[in-house]
Amino acid sequence: MSESRLPLSFMTPGTSSFADFLGVQAPDLLPSRRAVPTGDAGDLAPHGTTIVAATFAGGVVMAGDRRATMGNIIAQRDIQKVFPADEFSVVGIAGTAGLAVEMVRLFQTELEHYEKIEGSTLSMDGKANRLAALIRANLGLAMQGLAVVPLFAGFDTAADQGRIFSYDVTGGRYEETAFHSVGSGSLFARGSLKKLYRDDFDAEQAVTAVIQALYDAADDDSATGGPDITRRIFPVVHVITPDGGRRMPDEEVAVIADRMLASRMQRPDGPAAPLT
Amino acid sequence: MSMPFYVSPEQMMKDRADFARKGIARGRSVVAVQYADGILFVSENPSQALHKVSEIYDRIAFAAVGRYNEFENLRIAGVRLADMRGYAYDRRDVTGRGLANAYAQTLGTIFSSGGEKPYEVEIFVAEIGDVADDDQLYRLTYDGQVADEHGFAVMGGAADVVAGHLKEHYVAGSTLEDALRVAVAALGHGETEDRVIPASDLEVAALDRTRSQPRKFLRLRATRLTEILGGRATEQPDDAAPEDALAGAAPHQSGSDDPKDPTDQVSGATPPLEDPVTGEPPVAPPAHPGPPNPSDPPPVDPSDPPSGEPPAPGTPPPPAEPGQV
Repeated sequence: MSESRLPLSFMTPGTSSFADFLGVQAPDLLPSRRAVPTGDAGDLAPHGTTIVAATFAGGVVMAGDRRATMGNIIAQRDIQKVFPADEFSVVGIAGTAGLAVEMVRLFQTELEHYEKIEGSTLSMDGKANRLAALIRANLGLAMQGLAVVPLFAGFDTAADQGRIFSYDVTGGRYEETAFHSVGSGSLFARGSLKKLYRDDFDAEQAVTAVIQALYDAADDDSATGGPDITRRIFPVVHVITPDGGRRMPDEEVAVIADRMLASRMQRPDGPAAPLT
Repeated sequence: MSMPFYVSPEQMMKDRADFARKGIARGRSVVAVQYADGILFVSENPSQALHKVSEIYDRIAFAAVGRYNEFENLRIAGVRLADMRGYAYDRRDVTGRGLANAYAQTLGTIFSSGGEKPYEVEIFVAEIGDVADDDQLYRLTYDGQVADEHGFAVMGGAADVVAGHLKEHYVAGSTLEDALRVAVAALGHGETEDRVIPASDLEVAALDRTRSQPRKFLRLRATRLTEILGGRATEQPDDAAPEDALAGAAPHQSGSDDPKDPTDQVSGATPPLEDPVTGEPPVAPPAHPGPPNPSDPPPVDPSDPPSGEPPAPGTPPPPAEPGQV
């Protein structure tokens, strides 16, 4: 750490936002302040793919597959794309992996910084809006193919329910009901959840539903990875309840995934929904 | 034409130190105690909103006594420094030692610069490691001195009395509950009698390495405190202290050197205090100032009747100026 006096700007009262402070103090650390040469940079770096979230009676779950792709190449088999944002919220990212991971770190620091400075946590909507601002600042890079599209979910202690927010590249923020999905396989995952989702799920049923949805996405989207049973790589699943969020241990996810795979051996398209 | 005063550097530093000490002595004490699973901070603080103990980073906490706006400034600067360091490098690269150094440099520079008033604060920077032996507790004084404390440390108004009690009763490697009881008893210990501090007037926080989250800082709320402390004698809240009304306190001018008043205009009549870190008396105590020089203008005292007022009855009227009727 610096061995000399703290700079005056550190001692200046004012913003509780870490991103704003960084913008003044060290703008080069902000992902959005970087100049990228003109042209499409979309094929330069790996892309993360599908994220799924669903609410249940006592909270919300979010899961992401483990694949990152570069064109036709599988860049990574065990990438993590769902991160805790703070104790009661979680953020999953699709799009340019490098930028997305950096943006998640900035968002995590932003929430923690506010909490420490102000002595209270941001409201659920406040957190969602901060994330929208970070995405909006990235619009220039998004137009060059380096888009980052997050999915944000958390337990709103004030409203006493799980909530899900989706975003577009311009920073538009949309609250979703029940479930949502982003990324290249999101169309298939959403279709799957439409048929599987029930209002009265408990946490384990909700986890099963999102793992089913990820399997359906992997089934039809080449960029989404299914459960890797030979390497024992399973989706990253976060469960958030009024007691806080936790990442479901791989062993627990493996049990649910194995059960799903066993039933898919009988019916590869997954559980059949009643016709009427 | 008036001559500029010459003030020797020794005198100037002493005046500034006296000023800072007086400010710190007004506040209530903060105790930091090492226990088996981390470091515990206890302070008597009736305010629920204005904290004396706060989180800086995963394993680092901050506690302060003195002027609220000044240590709040330092706290925010510390949070910014730690968060920026952790964001630019990694969470593990944020260290208590680095933070203590930055604070020491800042306090030292402010103390010795002529342009700024010295900060009237003392702070603890604590960091816990994976085992108790790696725990670190730094105490920083208003002039930027850093001391590495072990076991327990006290700062603030009645630090000597509280530290004396802790010295007798502190047990290394105790549980959180035992450490809390000892610390609260020490805070309530007075020169003449002991008092029982109400649980609602305590601010208690700890760095607890057994917490599963990466952020090890936690506050112990009044309900939990009542549970742990339980069954004590009748609670006696402290009398209102000057720090409780800092916001409205206007500087007040007096002709005497009152250790409790940091805004008085006179310095030097009180004996020099011991070194804040080592507790040793100063090397060369300056001589006590003699009786005021009669040629010096007397200090302005607002209680003196202004000269324009009519004289008190019984005093002869002043001689009339020639030409007056």
